[in-house]
Amino acid sequence: MTSFRFAVNVTPKPGILDPQGRAVEGSLGHLGITGVSAVRVGRRVELTVDAVDEAAARAVVDQLARELLSNPLIEAYDIEPIGGASSTTSALAGEG
Amino acid sequence: MPVRIGVVVFPGSNCDRDTIHALDLAGAEPVVLWHEQASLEGVAAVILPGGFAYGDYLRAGVIARFSPIMRAVAAFAGDGGLVLGICNGFQVLAEAGLVPGALLRNQSLRFAGREVAIAAERVDTAFTHALEVRRPLRMPVAHGEGCYYADEAALDALERARQVIFRYVDATGMDAQPGNPANPNGSLRAIAGVINATGNVAGLMPHPERAAEAILGSEDGMGILRSLVESAARAAGQTSPLEAAAR
Repeated sequence: MTSFRFAVNVTPKPGILDPQGRAVEGSLGHLGITGVSAVRVGRRVELTVDAVDEAAARAVVDQLARELLSNPLIEAYDIEPIGGASSTTSALAGEG
Repeated sequence: MPVRIGVVVFPGSNCDRDTIHALDLAGAEPVVLWHEQASLEGVAAVILPGGFAYGDYLRAGVIARFSPIMRAVAAFAGDGGLVLGICNGFQVLAEAGLVPGALLRNQSLRFAGREVAIAAERVDTAFTHALEVRRPLRMPVAHGEGCYYADEAALDALERARQVIFRYVDATGMDAQPGNPANPNGSLRAIAGVINATGNVAGLMPHPERAAEAILGSEDGMGILRSLVESAARAAGQTSPLEAAAR
């Protein structure tokens, strides 16, 4: 088995009202910043999956993202591999 | 024998006791159902009460959706069993796909904790038959994520199928659209409660159990609970408390 690390980025779908994004945008004036628009606030979830290969790991992340981490009615997600793969067996050398 | 109605308790539920008390007043026998149990213990209806199940982590209602009791609730609902979700319970039902739509963060970004008025669009459902159509009912809301959302096509379909059962109304009794102060969260088309296509699962954001006694300032919530208790009694083949009292 190999460990794969991913990030799942969940964002409000286009057209969904995002009051958090609006509040962030509203505060920009207080920082003296101009020219920033279309702020959307989402969520990022990082996780490690043990699987035989990257495709299998990604399939697990995809299911998780679809069924738990996002609500498909209101949110979109994308999956981003991070940190590269590491072999579980070598990482746990000496065990079992 | 009073009809047995289950009240699901998740870690973080905080309206379970109020709901149990209100069910007592409505003549039912409340049955506490713990989130880790897989059996509904033969109850005739289930209420998912308000609160912050599992801390509302990730999204309100989503972790609760995967609890063992919700598997049983989904199967029960699939068989036509009566299920009512109040506030956080409504969020759980929406996340589980047992009622249509989603509850977004309040458009004000503020927690809404105050009395509102809602009106029943339909009085021919298991949850509303003791009400009068469009008569304003006063009861509290207490939520941060209660903005009802579905896309325009889905909203049109809901209206056609008459699945909107409660709307927020203003002092004149008109629907309180987003932007109207009488709409506490920005809910589209003033939607405060919906029902599933088969008419046996409903959810609403306001708290009928907190408006179930005169001492609480309003008894308007009682009509909803009484409707459910009567419907559950009928489903269980029992005489409802009201029918018994009328004899």
